[in-house]
Amino acid sequence: MNNVILRTITAVVVPIIALFSIQLFFAGHYYPGGGFIGGLMAAGAIVLLLIVFDIRTVRKMIPINYQWLIGTGLLFAVGTSAGSLLFNVPFLTHAYRYVHLPLLGKTSLHTAVLFDTGVYLVVVGITLVIIETIGESD
Amino acid sequence: MINLLLLPILIPLVTAILLIFFKDRVVWQKALSLVAILFQLAASVLLVRRVYLEGIQTLNIGSWPAPFGITLVSDMLSALLVLTTSIVALACLIYSFYAIGKEREKFYYYSFFQFLLVGVNGAFTTGDIFNLFVFFEVMLMSSYVLLVLGGTKMQLRETIKYTLVNVISSALFVIAVGYLYAVTGTLNMAHLSIRIAELGQSSVLTIIAVLFLIVFGLKGAIFPLYFWLPGSYYAPPTPVLALFGGLLTKVGVYSILRTFTLLFYHDTSYTHALLGWLSMATIVVGVIGAIAYRNLRQIVIYNIIVAVGVITFGISLMSPESLEGSIFYLLQDMVMKSVLFLLVGIVVYVTGTNDLNKFSGLIQSYPLLGWLFFIVALSLAGVPPFSGFIGKLLIVKASLTEGLLFEAIIVLLSSLLVLYSVMKIFMNGFWGEKKGYEPKPIGALYVPVVFLILLSVLYGVGIEFIRPFIVEATSVLVDPMIYIQAVLKE
Repeated sequence: MNNVILRTITAVVVPIIALFSIQLFFAGHYYPGGGFIGGLMAAGAIVLLLIVFDIRTVRKMIPINYQWLIGTGLLFAVGTSAGSLLFNVPFLTHAYRYVHLPLLGKTSLHTAVLFDTGVYLVVVGITLVIIETIGESD
Repeated sequence: MINLLLLPILIPLVTAILLIFFKDRVVWQKALSLVAILFQLAASVLLVRRVYLEGIQTLNIGSWPAPFGITLVSDMLSALLVLTTSIVALACLIYSFYAIGKEREKFYYYSFFQFLLVGVNGAFTTGDIFNLFVFFEVMLMSSYVLLVLGGTKMQLRETIKYTLVNVISSALFVIAVGYLYAVTGTLNMAHLSIRIAELGQSSVLTIIAVLFLIVFGLKGAIFPLYFWLPGSYYAPPTPVLALFGGLLTKVGVYSILRTFTLLFYHDTSYTHALLGWLSMATIVVGVIGAIAYRNLRQIVIYNIIVAVGVITFGISLMSPESLEGSIFYLLQDMVMKSVLFLLVGIVVYVTGTNDLNKFSGLIQSYPLLGWLFFIVALSLAGVPPFSGFIGKLLIVKASLTEGLLFEAIIVLLSSLLVLYSVMKIFMNGFWGEKKGYEPKPIGALYVPVVFLILLSVLYGVGIEFIRPFIVEATSVLVDPMIYIQAVLKE
């Protein structure tokens, strides 16, 4: 089957969806958004690839073991929270600081972002594990 | 180390995550999960010691003060339950090493085992009613997977039922929490207790209390909400079953105990009387099931229901004595039920059948197994030197003090019939002439069983040593102000 139009549009649209997902993720603290919806959106971009191409091609494009992605995400979340154990403050106590970065100017860096990164990775991983497992089983 | 009470939750969580990365390396999985359980056991022993020496431990997660953030609270009751969970989990894990088989081990068995412990320990430790819901879900989702893992026909069928029942009860839980939040405006249990005391438990709160009783009754299998349990617990392999029988229903019982002593204790004439009647019915139904079946697993499953009834009856009396009895009984019952399932698992491994009519004379080839089973049967019924005695004694005594003669007689009769149901296994299966099985080596499967039975015998003999801990656990239940002050620090 020749899906030239579909494939070309996908090639243009997937980067936009990916950017929107990243935008949602980083906006999470001040605007609606965050790790969960950002992760779903990123998974949505990959699902679009899966619809247009087949599973094997997409695996070749994005060679990631999604089970490990879930594990990594959980490690991020637990690691960020458990970092507080080292300083003998209650679990999940976060820290933040304002720093002056080149280009971005005054920016707040908050450890909650690392926790959210974990959420993001787990959501991407779980969604794709579900979809690929169902897609592969006959 | 102020995060000590978190370690029994954190250790299995980190282990479960790490185990995801070693999917195919079964040896590493076994080693890592064993080490983690031992650490968890050590942490919970330290926790019990800390609570005993310094009183209730609280931890405001994320450094947010008490009613606003999530608070973890470890009083003596939850510390003891966490310790018992670690002991049961250690035994089930060692049994799993020999019994669970490669196919299951390669599909994240140990990971889900650890996630189940996260849920159970979290549910015992949390001080926030919505957080309790979340830990319930962690526990239940791991139990769905452990129940279905392996994919035999019976497991699939029973998992559908089990999942359906629990999804409905979880939805009811959310609704109940929603109502409670609408009435009181808070989720922290200590704060809830104050608000409910201020409102004097109006009729709306009594309705919410009954709704919580329905929710936790579905999890903990009290009459008439026990219907899912006999089928669902028949399906999974032995170590999973021992874990379920030891831990899952007890979390429901603990939640009833916590909510009915800390939150809804103002209008006992309605809620607690209801709980008392339901407990009686639970005992009767459980006993009927236990004597009706000639199937090893079904007998033990109905024994779980009887024990749940006895414990909730102790809660419904709300006297210091009966609560103490309930705690004594709860702790020993967690250990006894899992050891009973492990023993039944060994018998089924040897004979290849659950049917009591198909074999006999096991004691000729397995004298140790036979006498271990005999000890377990006696402790289950509550024969004095063994572990089940003191709990039932206190409950019966409290029942007589309240003038509830009929209920006391039912509890005593239930002991007799429970004894009959397990002695039926002993006399039909172990005595008689040798038939229906080929002797094969059991070896290491003895290790967890002997470990648990030894502990339970020590528990029965060392009542004087254990009593101060139980008394301290009871004092918090009798006087909620101790709990509230520890959490809110006013």
